[in-house]
Formats: sequence, structure tokens, C-alpha cells
Amino acid sequence: MHSRTVTWSLLSALLLLALPWLLPQVMPAGQAQFWIANILGRAIVFGIIAMSLTFLATYGGFISLAQMMVAGVAGYTLAVFAEGAVPRIVGGLGYGAAIPLGLLAATAMGLLVGAISMRTRDIYLLMITLALAMGVFRFIETNIAWFNGYEGIRNVVGPSVLGMDFRNTFVFYHVALGTAALLYIGIIYLVRTPFGLVLQGIRDNPRRVAALGYSVALHRTAAFGVAGFIAGCGGVLSTIYNIGISPGTIGLGGTVNVLIMSVIGGLGHPIGAFIGSLIFTVFDTFAATIYDRDRFNTLIGLVFLAIVLVSPDGAIGIGVRLRRLLAASRR
Amino acid sequence: MDVRITRRATLLGGASLAAGALAAPSIAQNAPIRLGGLTTLEGPFATGGQDAYRCVQMELERVNHTVGGRRIEFVRESSNAQADVALARARKLIEQDNVDIILGPLSGAEGIALRDYSRTLTGKTIVNGSSGASDTTLRNPSPNFFRFSTDGTQWMAGLGKHVHQTMGIREVAVTAGDYAFPYAQVFGFNLEFCRLGGRTTHYWAPLGTTDFTSQIAQINRSNAGAVVVVHGGTDGLAFMTQYAQAGGSKPLIGGSIMADQTMLSARGPHRRVMVDMISGGPIADVIDDPTWNDFVARYRRRWANEGGFTSPSIHAVNYATNLYGILHALKAVNGDLSSNQQPFQHALAAAEITAPTGAAVKLDHNRQAISDIFLNKIEERGSTAQVVAFGRTRAVNQTLGLPEQQFLTLGSPSRDNTGCIAS
Amino acid sequence: MDLAATIVLNGLTLAALYFIVASGFSLIFGLMRVVNMAHGAMYLVAGYVGYSVFEPLYDHDLWYAWYAGLAAGVAFAAVFGALVQVLLLGWMQGQELRQALVTIGLSIVVADQLLAMYGGTPRQFFAPDAIFGSTRVPGIGGYPTFRLVQIGVAVAVGVGLWLLLNRTKLGMMIRAGVDDRQMLGACGVNVPLVGVAVFSLGAALAGLGGIIGATAQPLAMGADGRFLLISLVVVIVGGMGSVTGTALGAVLIGLAEQIGQAMFPTYSVVLTFVIMVVVLALRPQGILGRA
Repeated sequence: MHSRTVTWSLLSALLLLALPWLLPQVMPAGQAQFWIANILGRAIVFGIIAMSLTFLATYGGFISLAQMMVAGVAGYTLAVFAEGAVPRIVGGLGYGAAIPLGLLAATAMGLLVGAISMRTRDIYLLMITLALAMGVFRFIETNIAWFNGYEGIRNVVGPSVLGMDFRNTFVFYHVALGTAALLYIGIIYLVRTPFGLVLQGIRDNPRRVAALGYSVALHRTAAFGVAGFIAGCGGVLSTIYNIGISPGTIGLGGTVNVLIMSVIGGLGHPIGAFIGSLIFTVFDTFAATIYDRDRFNTLIGLVFLAIVLVSPDGAIGIGVRLRRLLAASRR
Repeated sequence: MDVRITRRATLLGGASLAAGALAAPSIAQNAPIRLGGLTTLEGPFATGGQDAYRCVQMELERVNHTVGGRRIEFVRESSNAQADVALARARKLIEQDNVDIILGPLSGAEGIALRDYSRTLTGKTIVNGSSGASDTTLRNPSPNFFRFSTDGTQWMAGLGKHVHQTMGIREVAVTAGDYAFPYAQVFGFNLEFCRLGGRTTHYWAPLGTTDFTSQIAQINRSNAGAVVVVHGGTDGLAFMTQYAQAGGSKPLIGGSIMADQTMLSARGPHRRVMVDMISGGPIADVIDDPTWNDFVARYRRRWANEGGFTSPSIHAVNYATNLYGILHALKAVNGDLSSNQQPFQHALAAAEITAPTGAAVKLDHNRQAISDIFLNKIEERGSTAQVVAFGRTRAVNQTLGLPEQQFLTLGSPSRDNTGCIAS
Repeated sequence: MDLAATIVLNGLTLAALYFIVASGFSLIFGLMRVVNMAHGAMYLVAGYVGYSVFEPLYDHDLWYAWYAGLAAGVAFAAVFGALVQVLLLGWMQGQELRQALVTIGLSIVVADQLLAMYGGTPRQFFAPDAIFGSTRVPGIGGYPTFRLVQIGVAVAVGVGLWLLLNRTKLGMMIRAGVDDRQMLGACGVNVPLVGVAVFSLGAALAGLGGIIGATAQPLAMGADGRFLLISLVVVIVGGMGSVTGTALGAVLIGLAEQIGQAMFPTYSVVLTFVIMVVVLALRPQGILGRA
């Protein structure tokens, strides 16, 4: 990594950390709190889920539409086992136990998706992961005994962190930010390990990787497991943020939204997920002001179409091109 | 509008914050009251949501957007009938748009999500729009959530009794969606019907079922004297059409959202079987009541040329009823929302109002409406079919007259807890 | 016994509808390698456009109302499909993933605009009395005639597609284009035009499905996602790009859905996906797909 990149990353991390104190300086306190929790916080949480898709796409060349569903598995596991959730399905576990259980379930679901789709690539993979996601969604939506069907499970309030309530905006924001940063650093580290290199080898030429004696299937499945864990972290955070979970979260809309975020941001680098989710969240929140609340889907659909048609590498790609253009004009 | 306020506030910056905290109460009396509307304008329930805003707008225009000497600013938001989206919009209304009161949401899961959110608020109030899940107010109620409309179980009041005693039917087949709203409705029907000695067989179909032919084949072969149909929207239309196609001839008893103009406005074979269908609910197209006739007339005048129905929908009436509650309480406190809205909330809890249907409404100790429920029949009048009220059960409470403790021990309605209890 | 027969017949009639819709999807995929994620949106567009032609005529009790709606819906879908291919997909030939993403974006916009225009009220076509009543079927008794018509239409579509691909010049060109585009172009065939024809035909089949489907079951928002999903599953199970495979997939899924609903309603949804996962594990290319 260039030392300049490191400096920039550190600076932006510091800025993000300090935002809860900086924002109230420039806007009323209530609005600052709204921006921190419901725009930045929400963008980070969705960004984590989108990053699990971007991770698979960037380093493995897999576009999986199952990531929102995998996040939902974590959220539902948490909601089913956490004490205090309404209705009580199993309950009895504190958040200290229910959250790891949720992450475990998401990782397992990630591995399962990887195993089922093991022998497919490209658009076949897209189709199959979408079908799997919708299958799980329909099952959850129609199952009352385990998931309370259409209504979902409410009142998942979240734990206290070191005596601080999770419902506190600042606490939630910093936990989400910390989680995202750790996962991001983890991915950057992982892709430099032998595992990461083999994964990128599979993306470029699976036959050669197989010829070198690596198990393509095993590495692929493991990558889906890692992505499952990442999505699970996002799923747990979003369930706590939403004080519960219902099937709509993981339906076709939710699934496509995660894809939109990833593509708008750019599938070339994990950071694209967060850029995309921030753009999406801002649009989502202010659609009523920008265009027309009722027609939000048209708006975001057109943005998505424009990105795919004009700049397939997303906002990152636009940034790179702009920089090149500037450099060229300076010369 | 919103943008301008934001910019000005930003320019003034931090300095005004400290001063504002002290100056606020005196200014507050002259500042407009900000009322946030939350309904469903995206997805399959969009029609009901649009109609709800029609009636809210109409009633706000009627009071000239002023109550207790203060202007009301109405800030619209919309969700897609999903709990997490409703929650995100409610947060935006409260935190970004600074509304004082939220009127909404429309559907059951959203209602429960907003009820939970309202508990985390101080000095803000959420008044229901049209969501009808019983648990929103029955179990773990929130002190900041009020509902002047009745719930899905209440809507069936009087129906079981009518089927058993007046129609003389002893055994029915119940076909219903396999999710919370139909559970609540079936529960309400069975509570009366089974207590009188009636027998029921249940046929559940998952939400989104559009092919009922196998189920209809089973029902037509059974001994049931009538069919109780509790499906919503698309599923309901599918059932009725296929029932007509299969030559079904048993009398039909409908859930509250079956007898709906969206179903009746389309011509087709389902209309034939739906004429004479009996149902229960908080409204009808034709109610012999001057308040209702006046409301419908105003609705038609205002919206006839702007996409309105021939008569306001169930969601629209529920939103209007809840708005009446808000306006009544605001008037009672003279628009005073200070002291964390305590006086306002007390006024809400004590409000006794008349709904657009002419039904008297008051709240119980869980801030849930006690109101009138109509027994309806679908009649062919001219070239259109209409829902005509022929009976009225007054002051129906949330437990349908059972002592609350006994009702609560029955547990939440589900496919295994259908409310069929012997007396 | 006759209940079992009814359920099987129901499964077959449902399969017929699924086949009509999925065949267009399978055609476009098999011949052009485009996963048309807007297939469901085309179903919906045809349904609504057809309905707006159908409704005023039906109100005047004109016998041809349904046929006019059918023709309008199918024609509109065909034109819509051709436009999509010409304006959006044609110039990114070979970039399969990008094409899939474009169609996803398209379907979001189309569904939302339909909601804006037609609202959320469910709508339903009513076929002419001749095919809408009930017919006596041996062993079952009265059975909705239209559901039998569905089977007839599906068979006609299947046979028609087979004839088109195997017995006509266009079919020959299409099949040659799949094997070697450049060679076909070198022979003087206008390859992009063949692509437009295929896409248009696939979309027209989605449109046909839309009208037939909206006569058998109500048409509402959300049907696009549902029928896209059904197309995906049917094609994954039956085999990518094979007409016979699509038919087999449709029959399997249709039967599974009906039998599941009759025997264990709560878990019936899962049965479909269990079939899909089992097929994927044993034959990733689908039962009749080419490896």
C-alpha cells in the first residue's frame, strides 16, 4: 500500500470517528443526530452487507444476490434467540450469546449458498443465488412457528456496550463504524494471504488454479463463508437498528437494493460498497424533496441504469476517470 | 419548504442552539404544529394509502389547517408497507422534519414497529393511521401510541352471532390467509360462532396464494353450510373468481377487507357470488347516518375529478377517524404541546369523538378505540354492487366483551389458536 | 380419488401457464445468453396494457374484448422487447452480466411507472363465455374451461416454437447464430436483426403469459417478481435454453406447488426450492440442459 493511501485512510477514519462531534457545529442538534444515526449509521450498516457482495465480486468474480438473505438469517437467528424479542420464539439467550449465534448461522448459510452454487458461474450464479434468496424469503414469510410470518419479530433492542445503551445514537454509530472498519481491514488483509491470492486466481482463470493443485470448490465455498460472516455482521446491526426484523427486509426489494448499492458504488474495490450505500441512503431519505416520494423507485432505478450504462465500474470508476482527466489537462 | 428551514437553521449555527433552548416555550405557541403523515404509497397497498391522504387533506382543509389558534403543517411521508421502511420514515419525520405528532401507519407490521419506536420517544406522540393488529395496543402497549380506529378482531363483532342465530347455519368452512391479520379476523368470528355451538373447519393458504382451485374443490365437497372468506386484496379476488368458476353455491361470509370497492368495482363472475355476501367491519358504502352521508358527499365533491372512489375506502376512514382524535385533543388543550405533550396526551386519552361513519369513539386504558361495528350485506343497486350496512353493534371493545384477563389468557390468535372456545 | 385427480389436473394447468411464461425467458437465454431480469416486468406491462384495451370493450359487452386485449398486450410486449434489445442490450452483446444488470434496472423503473399509472388495485380479465365456464372432465366433474384452454395454448406454444426453430429459415439462422455469430454474419445474415427478432419473440411470449395469467389469476403489483422467479426456477430445473427442458421444469414445479399446497400448505413454498437445490446438486446444467 502506498504511504499516501495509508495517510488518507487514517485521515478519513479519524474524520468519520469525529463526525458526531463535528456535525452539531454546522447544523441543529436534532438534525445532526438524524444524520449520524439514520443516514451515516444506516449507510454503514447497509454498506457492510453490500461489502459482502463486493468482496465476492472484486476478488472472486462472483455476483451473489443471496447476501441480503444471508444477512437476514443472522438477523432472524438473533431475533429468535434473544431474550425480550416479541413474540418469544425460543428466547432465553442474552445478546452476548445470541449475536455470535447469528453470525455463526450467517456463516453457515454463506457456506451453504457457496456449496449449492459451487459449479455455476456468472449469470447462472446470479440466477441461482436470486432463486435461493427468494426461496428462503418465501419460507420465512409464510412460516409462523419459527419466524412469525409476515409480521416478523419485533423488540430486538440490542445490548448495552460497557454500560452504554446500544439505542444511544453515538454508541450505535461507533459500534457500526468500528465493525465496518475491522471487516474492511480484514478483507484487505485476507486478499493478501495465500487464500486471497488463490481466490483471485480463480477469478482470472479457474482451470490454471486447479492445475496448480488447489481445490477450486473448497476456496470458492470458503469465500462464500467469509462473505456470509460479513453479511451476518450487517444483518445483526440492521436488526438492532430496526428494533426487529420482518420478511420485507430480505424480499426482492431488499435483495435488489443491496445490488444497487454495490453497483452504484463500484464493484472494483470493497470501499465502493460504502460509497454506494451512502448515495443510496441519501437518495432514499430525501427522495421526497428531490423528486417525488412516491416515485423513489423510478429515481433510484434510473440512477442505477445510468451507472450500468455509462460507468459499469460505478462511482469509483467515475472518480478514477475524473482524476485521470484532471491529470491530463494539467499536463 | 423543508429545505429552506434547514438552510436558515444551518446559517444561524450553534449560537442559536443555546439561546433557542431558553426561548423555545414562548415561541412555540405561535409556531405551527407539525403533523407528520405516514402511509403506504409504494407497493400493493398504494391505493389505500392514496385514499387515506385524500381524506386527511380534505379534513385539514375543512378546519383551514388551523386548530386551537395554531396552524398545522402537514408533512407527508410514505413507506411500502414494510416495517423497517416505516420505521426509517418515522425517524426521518421526528428527527429531521421535527414533527410533533405522527399520523400513521397503514399496515399491521408497520404499526407494531412504530409502537415500539414510540416508546423510545419523549414529548412526541404517534396516532395510528389504519393499522389493525390487535397486539399493537393489547400487549405491551406504549404510552405514546394512540389508536382511534378498531382492530381486525373487533371488525368481526356480531358476525358469528348473525350466522348462527339469524342465518341458522351450524357448520362453516373458513378459508383464510396464513398470517396475522386473517388470524385476528377468524379469531373474532369464532369467538362468537363457536361459543354459540357452531363448528368450523379451517383451510389456510399462505399469503400470496393465487390458485385456490384445490381448496375450493375440498370446500365444495364438505358439509359446511357457508364459507367464511378472509383473504386480502389479490388473494381475495383470486378466491372469489375461482369459486365462481367452480360453480360454488354456498352462502359467503366475508372478512372486513373482502367487502371492498376495489373488489366490487370490477365486473366479472366474482360479482355474481359476492352479491348477498355478509360481512362485518368499521365502514360500509351505505350507512343510514347523517354524519356519514355528509362525509361521503364532501368526499365526492372534493375528489370526484381527482381520482377518488365513489365512496371513501376503509383506510381513508380510519385515517380520518384518527385525525379527528388529534384535532379534538389539540382543540381541548388550545394547541399547547408543551410539558412533553403531557396535557395533549391526557386530552387524547380522554377524547370522545364521532367517527366519519357516525360511530361514537372513545379510548380504553390501553389507548385503543371502543367503537361501533357494522354488519354489512352486498347489494346490487343499479349497475353497481354496494356494501350496505344493515346492523350495528355499539361500543365494541378490543376483547369483544370478554373480561380482559380472560381474553389475554386465550393467547395471541394463530392458526392453532382460532378462538374456538366453548362457553 | 377424484380429489387427487383434481389436484393433478390443477398442477398441469398451472404448469401450462408457467411454461408459457418461462418459454420466452428460456428462448432469450438459450439463443442470446441474456438473462432477461425484466421478463417479469414484460409480463406485467402486457397485462396492464392489455387490460386498458380490454376494460372499455368489456364494459360494452363486446364479445371480442378479451381477444383485443390479448392482441394488444402481446403486440405491445413484442415491440417493447424489440426496443429493449435495440436501445439497451444490442450494443453490449457478450457482456452478459452487464446486460443482466441493465434489465434489473429496467424492471425497477417499469414496475414503478406501472404502479404510478395503474395504482395498486388488482385487476382481472374475464374471458369470453365460450372458454370461461366449466366443462365436465371424466373422473373429476365440472372443471374451469379456461384452465383446459391454458393447456391447449401451452401445447400450441411448445409445438410452434419447435417448428419455428427446426423447420424455418429464421430458426436455422437463430441456431446458426448461437453456434457461430461471426460465421453467420460473414454469410451475409443481418445478425443484430435476428437478435431483435428473438428478443421480441421472447417478450411476446412473456406478454402472452401475462394475459393468460391475468385471466386465470388476478394481476397485481408483485406479479413481475413472482413470474420472474418462476421463470428462473423452471429454467434452472428443466435445463437452460431447452424448450423440452422448460416444459419438463414447468410440469415438475406446477405439480409440486399444487400437491404441496393440498398436503402441507405451510411448507409448500419450500418444496419448489428443494427440487431446485436437488437438481443443482445432481445436474447443475438442469435436467435436460446441455453441459
